[in-house]
Amino acid sequence: MSGNAAAGGSPARSSAGKASRSTTHPSRLVPGLPLTLGYTLFYLSLVVLIPLAGMVFKTAQMGWSDFWQTVTDPIVVASYRLTFTAAAIAAAINGVFGLIVAWVLVREPFPGRRLFDALIDFPFALPTAVAGLTFSSLYLADGWIGGLGRHVAGSINGAAGLAGFGEVLSADALSWLSFPYSNTNTGIVLVLIFVGLPFVVRTVQPVLRDWDTEYEHAALSLGANRLTILRRVIFPEILPAWLSGLALAFARAIGEYGSVIFIAGNIPGKSQIAPLQIVTKLDDFRTSEATAIGIVLLFFSLLMLLAINGLEWWMGRHERAA
Amino acid sequence: MAEALAAQSRKTGASGTPPPPGHLLIRRVMVATTVIFLALFIVIPVVNVFAQALSKGVDAYVRVLHVASPPDGARLSPAARRKLAAERGQAEKTWSSIRLTAAIAAIVVPLNIVFGLAAAWSVTKFRFKGRSFLIALIDLPFSVSPVIAGLIFVLLLGRGGVLGAWASNWTWPDPFSLHWRGFAQDWWPLAFTRSFTGIIFTPFAIVLASIFVTFPFVARSLIPLMEAQGSDEEVAALSLGASGWRTFRKVTLPNVKWALLYGVILCTARVFGEFGAVSVVSGHIDSNDTMPLRVEKLWNEYNNQAAFSVASLLAFLAIVTLVVQTIVERQTGKNETRQVEEEGMP
Repeated sequence: MSGNAAAGGSPARSSAGKASRSTTHPSRLVPGLPLTLGYTLFYLSLVVLIPLAGMVFKTAQMGWSDFWQTVTDPIVVASYRLTFTAAAIAAAINGVFGLIVAWVLVREPFPGRRLFDALIDFPFALPTAVAGLTFSSLYLADGWIGGLGRHVAGSINGAAGLAGFGEVLSADALSWLSFPYSNTNTGIVLVLIFVGLPFVVRTVQPVLRDWDTEYEHAALSLGANRLTILRRVIFPEILPAWLSGLALAFARAIGEYGSVIFIAGNIPGKSQIAPLQIVTKLDDFRTSEATAIGIVLLFFSLLMLLAINGLEWWMGRHERAA
Repeated sequence: MAEALAAQSRKTGASGTPPPPGHLLIRRVMVATTVIFLALFIVIPVVNVFAQALSKGVDAYVRVLHVASPPDGARLSPAARRKLAAERGQAEKTWSSIRLTAAIAAIVVPLNIVFGLAAAWSVTKFRFKGRSFLIALIDLPFSVSPVIAGLIFVLLLGRGGVLGAWASNWTWPDPFSLHWRGFAQDWWPLAFTRSFTGIIFTPFAIVLASIFVTFPFVARSLIPLMEAQGSDEEVAALSLGASGWRTFRKVTLPNVKWALLYGVILCTARVFGEFGAVSVVSGHIDSNDTMPLRVEKLWNEYNNQAAFSVASLLAFLAIVTLVVQTIVERQTGKNETRQVEEEGMP
């Protein structure tokens, strides 16, 4: 799935593979071009092109002023702002932790490494609705993690009670232990971190794996300290892959719907994401407004797709130059 | 994959020198960060699904799917009888969602297999103008919000849609209601017992939305491998006189079978788990609920344990997906496919 898209960004090109591929391409000998290409185009038009064209057609039917009015409605603007801010924060956090996770999975042998490595793909396999469900029950005020402070205070009090001290802590004394997410938009960021987690790891991992450690030894022997090596030698190498992973995680988070609606408060103008705005408008049979919001979202998704393709192209060039 | 990873690191270890060891404390902290991060965001949430599903015991878990009849002759109070009927109704709705999801997967996955094979064949065996554009187009659903995937079908086929006037009056039989009625009425012994009118807010729309969201999976997992393998073996078979179809069946298919399986598994998992696109086109009608929509409905009814029970079935499916994926990656030697995966891409 998107895992492939993510892994597809890795620039692990071997010159041997290149040579074997660029042997003869005997298009003339292999049959089936009209059949397979025709079927591919037919299927794509039916499922993708015609529906997308229908959407553009619907938007074109709308007057410009209607479109502009819908798109600049304060509630709609707030939903865009929330979507993009939450997606950006989640992507940034994934950028930092994904880099650490990728590094550790490649370079540090520790017990259970294989298991953790396999677990990275879990967010791709787990239905988003299930993710939203379990996160909302975990991180909200009465969940395992959301209510951690109260749970700990309760167990300390229980132990103290058994020992005969009575209550030593008030129920809220350890509330700083609780994650401060309950009923705020931080919940949205949390599920978006989950949803985008594999992208950065899976794009950076192959680059780190193919990295020749000779460079590090060389830099070390030339007197560079470790931070300098990390900053000046290793990071430039993984930068394109890392950026590509960030962009993929961000693009995924912009469109995410299933997991977010479970954990968000879904209050219009405050905690409603843009895709939910579309669904709400559709439920009210305000189709053209839904279309307008959708077109803007689609525009940004395609922009991200373009950016990702550009990054992958850069990555390819980067690799050849190295 | 882990195997492949280990093999890879062994390989680089043999050719190069081991990396200079970093500061022990920093390394420990990084490993700890990784473990805690993955535990917080993956392990605990998944364990939580099963813990919440079983929070009221195994009996309650089973009751979500199967409500046992009371023993014969047992006298039930009216309240207990009502409760039993309500539970039965809920279990029946849950089963209907499971059946619908499986039926949709049974339609969508084969269609996507055929598409994936055709697309991969045309894109990897030939060079033509617009080829990289076509590959980019196949990737499109990955970057489009699932809600928009649903929306475009509503705009096309819904009331007031571009083809709405035709689509909302179109009557089509439910293929799963086909049954044997014998020769008494007509010379043709098969008949449908149910039919639908319209497309949006029927399972047909769910199939369309699911296809949109999942069609890249098979193609995406085949293209890099077929690109890497080239056409040499096919050309050899063809020049020895095999027909195109026979070449495909005897040469190409065995070469790509693991990648095909991989794509089929990812596609199936996504069909079962798709929420946004399906939610938009299903119209919140009970009979249109797939499993994720059923989870949402139970959650909205404050029936958390039941919601988690259905969710646990989906989570179990995700775990199976991951296990099979790991096995398949081991089979194909993921290193090789990984390396060529990029080369297939524009």
